[in-house]
Amino acid sequence: MIDKRVATLADAVAGISDGATVLIGGFGDSGVPVELVHALLDHGARDLTVVTNNAGAGESDVAALIRERRVRTVVCSYPRSMGSVWFEERWRAGEIGLELVPQGTLSERMRAAGAGLGGFFTPTGADTLLAEGKEVRTIGGRPHVFEHPLPGDVALIKAHRADRWGNLVYRTAARNYGPTMATAAALTVVQVEEFVELGDLDPEAVVTPGVFVDRVVRVAAS
Amino acid sequence: MISPLSDVAVARRVARDIPDGSYVNLGIGMPILVGDVVGPDKEIVYHSENGILGMGPAPAPGEEDRELINAGKQPVTLLPGGCYFHHTDAFVMMRGGHIDISVLGAFQVSETGDLANWITDLATMPPAVGGAMDLAVGAKRVLVMTTHTTRDGRPKLLPRCTYPLTAARVVDRVYTDLAVLDVGPDGLVVQEMAPGLTRTELQSLTAARLTFADDVGELDPH
Repeated sequence: MIDKRVATLADAVAGISDGATVLIGGFGDSGVPVELVHALLDHGARDLTVVTNNAGAGESDVAALIRERRVRTVVCSYPRSMGSVWFEERWRAGEIGLELVPQGTLSERMRAAGAGLGGFFTPTGADTLLAEGKEVRTIGGRPHVFEHPLPGDVALIKAHRADRWGNLVYRTAARNYGPTMATAAALTVVQVEEFVELGDLDPEAVVTPGVFVDRVVRVAAS
Repeated sequence: MISPLSDVAVARRVARDIPDGSYVNLGIGMPILVGDVVGPDKEIVYHSENGILGMGPAPAPGEEDRELINAGKQPVTLLPGGCYFHHTDAFVMMRGGHIDISVLGAFQVSETGDLANWITDLATMPPAVGGAMDLAVGAKRVLVMTTHTTRDGRPKLLPRCTYPLTAARVVDRVYTDLAVLDVGPDGLVVQEMAPGLTRTELQSLTAARLTFADDVGELDPH
């Protein structure tokens, strides 16, 4: 019997260790697993490497992790946004690391990790500051930069519906990094708005097959 | 008297160069205006880096969906025929050359088509790149929309960019409030100029050396 559903947010984040690399879904406010991130905050893990598109804004989710000094390094594409006050303050004080990655490369590095690949060459970033120190190879007459896979110990993502096997469907643009992050972490934890019975998800429309998912927890839509 | 084009007039000029049936990505800032002035006679499919094709205009007040946003994190809608996909596929479309046109803003463009549009100040603000580098390397055509000079009158079209590059040798055409210029094998070629502007005046506002097409057209300031 496979049942990936867990009863509480605390159960969902149980066992995440200090020093973990945590992939956190979302783009701006869209698709952020807010309640899971707050559960991680309550859980208490620290010295985290957080991989996410933005670096949080206001006082919620990723910004709260940074405010509470749980994050050693952020790996992201765009740490500046309206209200990214906590990241900027910690960054200016030299209290947090930043690895800046072009957005498509960030996603593809996680895809490579999830796909069991040792990395890839991309034209993105060639001849720029973000290629410094990286191997460059000319392919098809054009410079390409070698990028390493980016695996997570944990992925925290948000989807719309799940069944007990962990099959997922998403809602609108909230999908963003979820399907890729789900493949790239040793432990993939998903918050969904609704549980459904096996067979209720149209198999032609399942976006993330349950094999990539370890735990699902229900959080009512706010 | 010189009549520089308003941002909207520049957007109208860019829109004229977008063929019916194109798949287009509009960058944050000035390029977004293009979507407002493309006529209803053309069917254009807009791409957003967070996983949307067939993106529509802003929703009516009260109809916003916080998950359905564009790259600038503003609420948008989905047109009939539009679809959602995950982040990695969004960049497969872009990096893989499946998007016909990318319209980008710029701090600087060089005479060889280098683009600088992601950072000017490395010291006091955390660097942020987002999808800029991917948008610049992958589209079939890269169009830049910018003011011809900075607010304090310094040229933005240069022999070499002085700000950190977003990508090298990628820009096909530049649209400013004063001119339309193609990036050719021998540098920038002026195709159209604002009414009342002389070639000498345009050159004096441009650090890169200009050549002029055989029949330079006049831009419509409206």
